[in-house]
Formats: sequence, structure tokens, C-alpha cells
Amino acid sequence: MAVELVVLQQRLAPPDYEVALARDMLVVHLPPARLLEAVRILQAEFHFDLFLDVTAVDWLPRQPRFEVVYHFYSTRHFVRVRLKTTVPESDPTVDSLVSLYGSAGYMERECHDMYGIAFRGNPDLRPILLYEGFVGHPLRKDYPKLKEQPLVPYRK
Amino acid sequence: MVPKTIPIHAATSKSAAFEYLTTKKDELIGWARKFSIFPYPFVTACCAMEFMAVSSSPYDTDRFGAALPRFSPRQADLLMVVGTVTHKQAPILLKVYEQMCEPKWVMAFGVCASSGGFYQNYAAVAGIDKIIPVDIYVPGCPPRPEMVIDGIMQLQDKIARSRHPIVTKGF
Repeated sequence: MAVELVVLQQRLAPPDYEVALARDMLVVHLPPARLLEAVRILQAEFHFDLFLDVTAVDWLPRQPRFEVVYHFYSTRHFVRVRLKTTVPESDPTVDSLVSLYGSAGYMERECHDMYGIAFRGNPDLRPILLYEGFVGHPLRKDYPKLKEQPLVPYRK
Repeated sequence: MVPKTIPIHAATSKSAAFEYLTTKKDELIGWARKFSIFPYPFVTACCAMEFMAVSSSPYDTDRFGAALPRFSPRQADLLMVVGTVTHKQAPILLKVYEQMCEPKWVMAFGVCASSGGFYQNYAAVAGIDKIIPVDIYVPGCPPRPEMVIDGIMQLQDKIARSRHPIVTKGF
């Protein structure tokens, strides 16, 4: 492994941060305010050039409720990194990564669709998988399982 | 039992040649229509693989006159809804159905189109018959080609049985 995980860990996270190792992948828990800076470090200093995914986990009824999860990959070092941050239900806002990775736009739109996470700085958070007029966020645990929002009136 | 052939009564002429042909209008038109089902494949999901299998040479829907997919709904008689229809897709399906000229028939191909299948959530329509009328249901995930052929044959029987008004009220 060309980049030592220890170096990465020391650079990304102060000693009091929660850090874990999952399947040889460094997992770092960050406060939302630290996220953009950490991603900038990953990209600029460690060549994490591929933004794999952003998604969220709804931990209802735990507080803070949502965990936003990011995956990055370095095509130079063949290393993955997972960043996690938690946001409360009252203000589920994290910084958008569109300024660093262009591909973040679509993924953040999907995450916004499904979980209602607001990405501050994303210029286009229109629905991408859902449709205009859809109320609520279907992958939240409190969205009713059988609730339908049809666009076409049903027959009879 | 539905007659499989048109009853043909040869004119009682000594020349023994067909000079007259008498039949019922509905039976004649039904016979013609049931062998010229031009399908419009509305393909949205994995059932498409089975649709390809059933329309290619080993199973050969050409035998039923249902070979030539029309890629404009205006030229099609049979709307084959192949795969899951989501709520986002539903307005498109309805528009395609409304663009088809009468007479038209609808086949729900696969269990998702028939009843929603195992999808019971915010995204999927639980059966296209909530939106458009369906003539024939072919369940299966995906259905075997034999089931689709059976569905086409049952649809042919249905077409042969039904009334075929030529001049409508508004004509």
C-alpha cells in the first residue's frame, strides 16, 4: 500500500476523533463543519481522485438522526476511505462537494431525494429519481411503507 | 367452443367453383384481426430479455401474426407492457395507450405489470390495470416463452369472439 493509513489518519483526524478500520478501509467520523476541509485534504494531498458515493443512514430514533456517508477512492494508491458525519433531523445540512468533485452533483441530488439531506452549495437539488410534486423522502424510516403518490388518477 | 375456421358455404353451382362466400361480419373481421396483431413493446425492465426470446426464431411469434413490433403506438394494435411501471413512468404509459388507434388490446407481460409483483412501495404501480384496461395477464417473473405464446393465443381467441363494429356512432 503506497499510502500509509496511519499517515492518512493523522492528517485527517485529530487524536480524539472516532476512527475505525473496516475491511482495510479507513473510516473516519467527522463533525459536519470539518467535512469539506477533510475532503480537500484527501483530494489535494493524497490523490483521492474518485468520488464513489454519498448516501445517508436513518438511525431513527437515535439522535442525531442521520448519518451521511462518503466513499472516496484513489486510483493512484488503490485505497478507499470512508467519511461519516452525523446531522440532526432539525437541520440536516452538510456542505456540498460539487466544488471539488463534479460527480457529486447527481449523487447529492439522489441523497436529497431519498433522505432529505440538504447539501449547502449544490446549485441543483431538483428531484432526480423522484418526480416533481413528491412529498416526503421515501427512504426515511418514518415514511409509510405503503404510501403511494400516483401521478395518474386510478381507474374506477 | 369457438370455431377455429370460418364456415364457408360454397354456392350450389354446378361449376363447383367458389362464387359466393357467406359468413358473419364479426367472425370475418375477428379472424382477420387476430392474425395481424402488431405489438408495441413498452419495455421497462428485465422482462425485456424474455420478450426478446419469445419474439426471436426459437419461439417465433410470427406464427401468430404478432411478429412485427411497431415503434409508433399509432400503428400498433397490441400494447405489450413488459416490466415494472413506476409512478414516474405511468403518465408516459397512459399517453402511449391513448395514442393507439382503436381497436387496441393490452397485454400485461410479467408479474410486475400484472399486479406489481413483489414491489409494494412508494415507487411502483401495483399493476397497470390501475391505469389502463388490460385484456390479458401473463404472470411470471419473467414468464416462460410458452406462457407468452399461450397468452397471445388466448388473446386471439378473445379477439375472434368479440364484436367488431365497423361504423361507430360518431362516424
